[in-house]
Amino acid sequence: MRQQFCKTASEIIRSNELSCLLLGDIGVHGFRDLLKEFPLRAINIGILEQSMVGVAAGYSMAGFTPIVHTIAPFMVERALEQIKIDFGYQQLSGNFVSVGASFDYAALGCTHHCPADISILSDIPGVNLYVPGTASEFEQLFHSNWNNGGLNYFRLSENTNSTSYLTVSKMHLVKSGKLATVIVVGPILDRVLEATKNLDLDVIYINYLGPEEIDFFEITIKGSRLVIIEPYYTGPVLQRLSSYIESNKIAIKQIGIPRRFLTNYGSTEDHYVNLGFTPEALYQEIVNFIND
Amino acid sequence: MSQMYDKCMQHFQNLQSELNKLRIDILRAAMNSKEGHIPSAFSILDILYCIFIDTEGKKNSKDRNFKFILSKGHASLALYAVLARANYINETWITGFGQFNSLFGGHPDRTKVQGVLASTGSLGHGLPMGVGLAMAQRALGVGDKVFVLIGDGELNEGSNWESFMIANHHMLGNLTVIIDYNLSSHRAVRQENLSEKLTSFGFSTSSINGHDHNEIFFALFEKNDNFPKAVIANTIKGNGLSDMENNPAWHHAIPSNEQYLAFMKELQK
Repeated sequence: MRQQFCKTASEIIRSNELSCLLLGDIGVHGFRDLLKEFPLRAINIGILEQSMVGVAAGYSMAGFTPIVHTIAPFMVERALEQIKIDFGYQQLSGNFVSVGASFDYAALGCTHHCPADISILSDIPGVNLYVPGTASEFEQLFHSNWNNGGLNYFRLSENTNSTSYLTVSKMHLVKSGKLATVIVVGPILDRVLEATKNLDLDVIYINYLGPEEIDFFEITIKGSRLVIIEPYYTGPVLQRLSSYIESNKIAIKQIGIPRRFLTNYGSTEDHYVNLGFTPEALYQEIVNFIND
Repeated sequence: MSQMYDKCMQHFQNLQSELNKLRIDILRAAMNSKEGHIPSAFSILDILYCIFIDTEGKKNSKDRNFKFILSKGHASLALYAVLARANYINETWITGFGQFNSLFGGHPDRTKVQGVLASTGSLGHGLPMGVGLAMAQRALGVGDKVFVLIGDGELNEGSNWESFMIANHHMLGNLTVIIDYNLSSHRAVRQENLSEKLTSFGFSTSSINGHDHNEIFFALFEKNDNFPKAVIANTIKGNGLSDMENNPAWHHAIPSNEQYLAFMKELQK
């Protein structure tokens, strides 16, 4: 997905004079030709994330649409106030593309983890959150939305799905059933489909969380049971279902990254296994919930 | 010779009268809303006047294109007063300031007020944005100067020093950082030897009397070279009212009715 970002962003910088790219000393090698070709619009700004976001806001004030890129915790947690105030409050448009997701930098430890990014940014009014499941989904989402005039966050992941969902839809009904509805976000769809392959339930896939509530107009929560599975701290999907929940009595189970420091190292998959994100473990959790 | 002296004195008296009118507007707005950082506004009034109003006392003309960010947003009273004088906004700001549905808050909002480029208030945000603006001007091939006014207390924020590094690295000759050096930093982390520090960061640095309009005009508009500029404007917090000058008790205080009347008398002399 990182390589796709490099390709897609480069295409945009080359073809659009009012785009600009700011790197926080990350991804520099991949963009090396672009940085030489467009020194005033494609810049390795350095390891100063708060100022990087502020500089991006300055470009945005001047009519550019910036693309800002660094590792997720440094972008979202270190420079949160700058994203919130310089972009959100000032209603400036900009794109923030993070790498690292929850624990893709597993071997480097917690300083490079960011399972909180989606839930933190969810609290900035007006933000668009994109959690693509594949490189192709990222390309489609980014090309379609980078210049939408809004505040956009794209979460690159090492983990990806085998199938891309590229039709323009906020929700994709991937599997139909009767006993429950599972909503799954982003690049963990494959393991959820494996977990639920023999279960009689709906699986709905989403890769976008907008500022508004999720429109369940055409969807019924089967069996009045809803399972929400997210590859970060839980909460953002539920936050966007509050009106539906107020009007419908349903039982809800949220599965996500637990809110604790994950102090092991290893690989991304090691963490998923340890946290119960295997098809077997997910199957058991869902079955227990349905039977409860 | 005495004709020239009389002309200078007349110009000076006219200017002080102009500035006192702006101070009166600021006091009225603060009294009406019971809100505002009056001394911070007074310390930058001369600087803002020189940026937005030219030497003939008129709104700064279009051939002197500039972008301005007030990074120390709590001094908004001064910005509104000068923007009104320069006809960006009208005088309804005085009665509206700080009111619930007003466009004019204690910190300026770029989505509400013409002439306000950045919604500042959280210190340390304005200069990075100004650096980005300066870089963007260059990318656009446009020659606008970018002025960012920061406070010396605000210099405690690390993002300013990150911005100095960026500005130096990218040789932003179109950027001028004005430091309102009113000694606010002295109660926290003192910002001393600023001239040497900023020169070491690659800035073309000058130190001026922040209430002398000739010095302000020269530092902001006449000095041109390829380096980013830092103007250390030595100012008096609360300048213009004897009881307020350098009196920390007034930082975020609003006068009582008696004090207000005394202040108005002093300004109307």
